Amino acid sequence: MADGQTLLAVNHLTKQFGGLAAVDDVTLDIKRGQIFSIIGPNGAGKTTVFNLITGIYKPTKGEILLNGRSIAGKTPDVVLRNGIARTFQNIRLFNNMTVLENVLVGQHAKLYGDLISVIFRPPYYRNAEKRALDRAMELLAFFGPQMVALKDEYASNLSYAYRRRVEVARAMASGPQLLLLDEPTAGMNDSETAEAVGYIRRLREQYGVTVLLIEHKLQVTMNISDQIAVLDYGKKIAEGVPAEIQRNEQVIEAYLGRKAATA
Amino acid sequence: MHILAASSFDTGLFFQQIENGITLGAIYALVALGYTMVYGIIELINFAHGDVFMWSTIVTLSVAQALHIDHVLGGFALVGTLLLLLIVGILTSGGLNVLIERVAYRPLRRAPRLIPLISAIGVSFILENVAQLWKTANVIAYPVFFPTNAITIGSLTITYLDIFIFVLAVALMVGLNVFTNRTKMGRAMRATAQDPEAAALMGVNINQTISLTFLIGGALAGAAGVVYSMYASSVYFLSGFQLGLIAFTAAVLGGIGNIQGAVLGGFLIGIIEALATQYVPNGLAWSQGVAFAILILILIFRPSGLLGQQVPDKV
Repeated sequence: MADGQTLLAVNHLTKQFGGLAAVDDVTLDIKRGQIFSIIGPNGAGKTTVFNLITGIYKPTKGEILLNGRSIAGKTPDVVLRNGIARTFQNIRLFNNMTVLENVLVGQHAKLYGDLISVIFRPPYYRNAEKRALDRAMELLAFFGPQMVALKDEYASNLSYAYRRRVEVARAMASGPQLLLLDEPTAGMNDSETAEAVGYIRRLREQYGVTVLLIEHKLQVTMNISDQIAVLDYGKKIAEGVPAEIQRNEQVIEAYLGRKAATA
Repeated sequence: MHILAASSFDTGLFFQQIENGITLGAIYALVALGYTMVYGIIELINFAHGDVFMWSTIVTLSVAQALHIDHVLGGFALVGTLLLLLIVGILTSGGLNVLIERVAYRPLRRAPRLIPLISAIGVSFILENVAQLWKTANVIAYPVFFPTNAITIGSLTITYLDIFIFVLAVALMVGLNVFTNRTKMGRAMRATAQDPEAAALMGVNINQTISLTFLIGGALAGAAGVVYSMYASSVYFLSGFQLGLIAFTAAVLGGIGNIQGAVLGGFLIGIIEALATQYVPNGLAWSQGVAFAILILILIFRPSGLLGQQVPDKV
């Protein structure tokens, strides 16, 4: 499908926890091929939006449409099968599994799992397994030869920046149309951050994936995003291209101003 | 009873008890795997697991009785009977375990941990009482149809049945190992055990994976039930209670949640019990007390078990 069409439409999305609206009437329109960022101060509801899109929470109100079809309230595995994969703010790899196994779990939805196939290993099953392995290796290679060399290492033994990459590779393994990255550069130094920005761009170029990003570092979002939405107290207070966001008074006050004041 | 003196130590007897322990241990290990796998995936001690094992023994007893098996078989009749009983036992316990999870544990998955535990104890009572209604409270003789031959090495006697039990148990364990490490569903199981939410977000159907875990755990207990009846030559509606507790001890000894640990723990408990029978004065009466003494000692000194690791915090 051509770039520029709406891939994910979030309409009047609301999530209440008790009396508190963590997400309050948020509307987003993410176009195919975009890198779309959601920014906002801590507690603004950014991760809650991710949890709503991926089916961890059910929305209190509102719609979530992927290619025009509702995915609101579907379970996380069904959402993944529909083409949305994600990473986590606080890396959640399967630490007792190797790097390669982690990436293979990412392809779970694409493999045959019935008992007959598992026991008798017919050709279609072996071919699917082979393709899964090839794809996993290709994704590791995407992150460079060092990553490939680490394939049999337990995920828990990797450095922080590498674990972030494995998480992205695992998410990409399902072949998503939309990749949700929750603070992919959190805790990284400048050069690691620059590398992360580089591979996010390359992911879009090479795999045509649309990226929805939560990011705290403004130099990252301003540099990488096609479109930015700003959340504050669960509400969307602004949306636009980076230059517009940088000029927006409300954003400067609510987000940059407050951040500057507390820094 | 003689106190052991080095000069009077009977090595033949010692190795015979080791051999007995290995056979018993193979059965414990199969049952222990069910405890450990279920604990690994939903952090529940499935107290009904022993009774799931027992149900395999009573259902296969009924099959053997219906087929009028009352003498030692050979050739195709033996192989066919073994296969039939194993299939029936595996389907009974596997199916029962899946049903129990669906009815008694799944609705409570988000409840505090103590709640499903109590539910498990309740299910255990139901399974025992229904079995008692059906099979009475008597110990029922199980027909001896497996050849009673044995091979002897010096003073060591190894029956064909012991060999069969050991080979079957090892084959099932190897199969389980291949399944968990080499297949997509096995990977999904391990992923779910570590982080169910992240696994779901990778496309893993959590309910299906949990059902599969109960199916496999139950199936292993079902196979254990078939060979245990043959080994004990009897069937009893409370057999699962005691054997279940010993197998649970084995799982804890190995490190609950750890598959290799359950196998190691099963064999160790089997051997310790057999040796205790021989060497502790009035040992037969104490042999199971020894198993529980071990449980208490592990819980005090090494609660994570022999192969267990520090449980990482689930974020």
